[in-house]
Amino acid sequence: MTAATILHQPVPLESSRSVATNEPALVRWLLIALALTFLTLFLFIPLVSVFYEALKKGGDVYLKALQEPDAWSAIQLTLITAAIAVPANLIFGVAAAWAIAKFEFRGKSVLITLIDLPFAVSPVISGLIYVLLFGAQGWFGPWLQAHDIKLIFAVPGIVLATIFVTFPFVARELIPLMQAQGAEEEEAAVALGASGWQTLWRVTLPNVKWGLVYGVILCNARAMGEFGAVSVVSGHIRGMTNTMPLHVEILYNEYNFAAAFAVASILALLALVTLAAKSLVEWRFGHDQKTSIQEHAA
Amino acid sequence: MSIEVSSISKNFGSFTALDNISLEFPSGELVALLGPSGCGKTTLLRIIAGLEQADSGRVLFHGEDASQRHVRERQVGFVFQHYALFRHMSVFENIAFGLRVKPRKERPSEAEIQRKVHDLLNLVQLDWLHDRYPAQLSGGQRQRIALARALAVEPQVLLLDEPFGALDAKVRKDLRRWLRRLHDELHVTSIFVTHDQEEALEVADRVVLMNHGRIEQIGKPGEVYDHPASPFVYGFLGSVNLFHGRVTGDHLQVDEHMLALDQHTLSPDTQAVAYARPHEVDVVRPEPGATGIPVTIRRILAFGGTVRLELERVGSESTENAGTPIEAEIGRDRLRELGLVEGEQVLIQPRSARVFPVNANESHQVEKAAA
Repeated sequence: MTAATILHQPVPLESSRSVATNEPALVRWLLIALALTFLTLFLFIPLVSVFYEALKKGGDVYLKALQEPDAWSAIQLTLITAAIAVPANLIFGVAAAWAIAKFEFRGKSVLITLIDLPFAVSPVISGLIYVLLFGAQGWFGPWLQAHDIKLIFAVPGIVLATIFVTFPFVARELIPLMQAQGAEEEEAAVALGASGWQTLWRVTLPNVKWGLVYGVILCNARAMGEFGAVSVVSGHIRGMTNTMPLHVEILYNEYNFAAAFAVASILALLALVTLAAKSLVEWRFGHDQKTSIQEHAA
Repeated sequence: MSIEVSSISKNFGSFTALDNISLEFPSGELVALLGPSGCGKTTLLRIIAGLEQADSGRVLFHGEDASQRHVRERQVGFVFQHYALFRHMSVFENIAFGLRVKPRKERPSEAEIQRKVHDLLNLVQLDWLHDRYPAQLSGGQRQRIALARALAVEPQVLLLDEPFGALDAKVRKDLRRWLRRLHDELHVTSIFVTHDQEEALEVADRVVLMNHGRIEQIGKPGEVYDHPASPFVYGFLGSVNLFHGRVTGDHLQVDEHMLALDQHTLSPDTQAVAYARPHEVDVVRPEPGATGIPVTIRRILAFGGTVRLELERVGSESTENAGTPIEAEIGRDRLRELGLVEGEQVLIQPRSARVFPVNANESHQVEKAAA
């Protein structure tokens, strides 16, 4: 789930497993078969069916569905939202993790709890909060109307809701990592004459780079796939405020299955790319972790 | 550069780490801050470095107040117990770091950096490791690289926090000698923190003994070892035997036995504790005419140049001396001469014993430190 889990994964011991914890062959095969059946039924078949349904009526229909202006605008809006939300949360995440891991201050535990809030609250509720705050009848509604600023049922609202929902990913990823590393290297850097910026760029960030990339990937996946919060604030205006997940729903409700699955397949494809990137980073990250574990053991 | 700290105090919550400490470190000396864990020695070092802020008091570098100066302006080289090498940089880049982060005007040219880093690597005899990463080095190598990195910026002061604490005994001993030789070559004012009395006595020009955020004694290694100023110092620098009793003239009455004392200023009849090191304790057979405190030999540890005897007092169950173990150290020849065996009863007689008045609190600490 997070870097902390990866950190705690035991380093596998060669190929030989302890005899004491080995199960009979029958039990092993049974368990493996059970896991595989489950994976096939609940993950693999749905994924394949998305692509199957999308391409069922031929490549032409598929391509046409994607070239349709509303679909195209949904894809664009999703990418724009992610392009704003991810960097914003990247900067916030690094700043928060740096503050929490390297300094002692009042209200630190409150800040940690606040970071977790978006995970704890249902996305629909987070969307509703934005409507209550910035909507026409909301607290800031009249003021926003007076100044001709439209947040709800417009792109800024979607971006805001997405930022809120994906808030914890980067920070949550970095905090345990930075805490484990301590502040000694930073102290060494400062004692050697480095400024705050130099310490951040040359020491702190390189040390957490894989954790950072991992957090960004997860954040991006959620930013593109978010449905609940965005659904509440978007207003579902075709070609204007529909992201890909919302567009899929609309098409599906209109019994336009081929088009719905075509857009869904793009989302699924993005998810697969994300997964691949995540695995690659995990592999690199695990590799780095292993060397640093060796370093500690030595 | 000389360093002076004056009336430094530091509290962590309700815990007093440093209690009004004033100290001078003369230029070019290698000084050890020695004390048990939690005595404030590391805190003092970090305050001198500027990594920690004192609650009150001043730090003077070369007579100038440096208390408000930021770490990066203090020109100190700091060596951490766990090395704190930059793990994503090669050995070369680690050492070059201090030079590369200098403001553009002061930054040496690339060729100059190359030359300087290789000079330092040669100084610590590890030039062949220049392209390795910290994870690929042994503990001893890492600590030498950490030292080279600290020296790269030509610090006015070198501060070492338990520099050999994380190393095994053999490497520790080698590095100790090496540090001493290095200091003799460079003559940078150096302060190092340690809880290992042997390390402090062996390496330092002067030793500062600390306990509970205060200074117990300052002196050359020989001085503090031979003339401990307090029971704490006695107990902390090597093992020591305690004898509780009452002062009578130049003797201490321990139960029904008399113990000859060194010169002292205590008035007669004072309750006091005499301290004697194991090698100052004579062992004799209980023949007629022999005097001393009767003990049973529990164990004979006959390895090394001398023999250690673990002894137990006989017949002192009802007094405050009950249960206090005694350790004696005698020559191998003497052991053969006496023909001692475990379980035997003998008499002991300290050749030399220093006496301190009883202070329940303090003597308790000594026992703990000696254990």
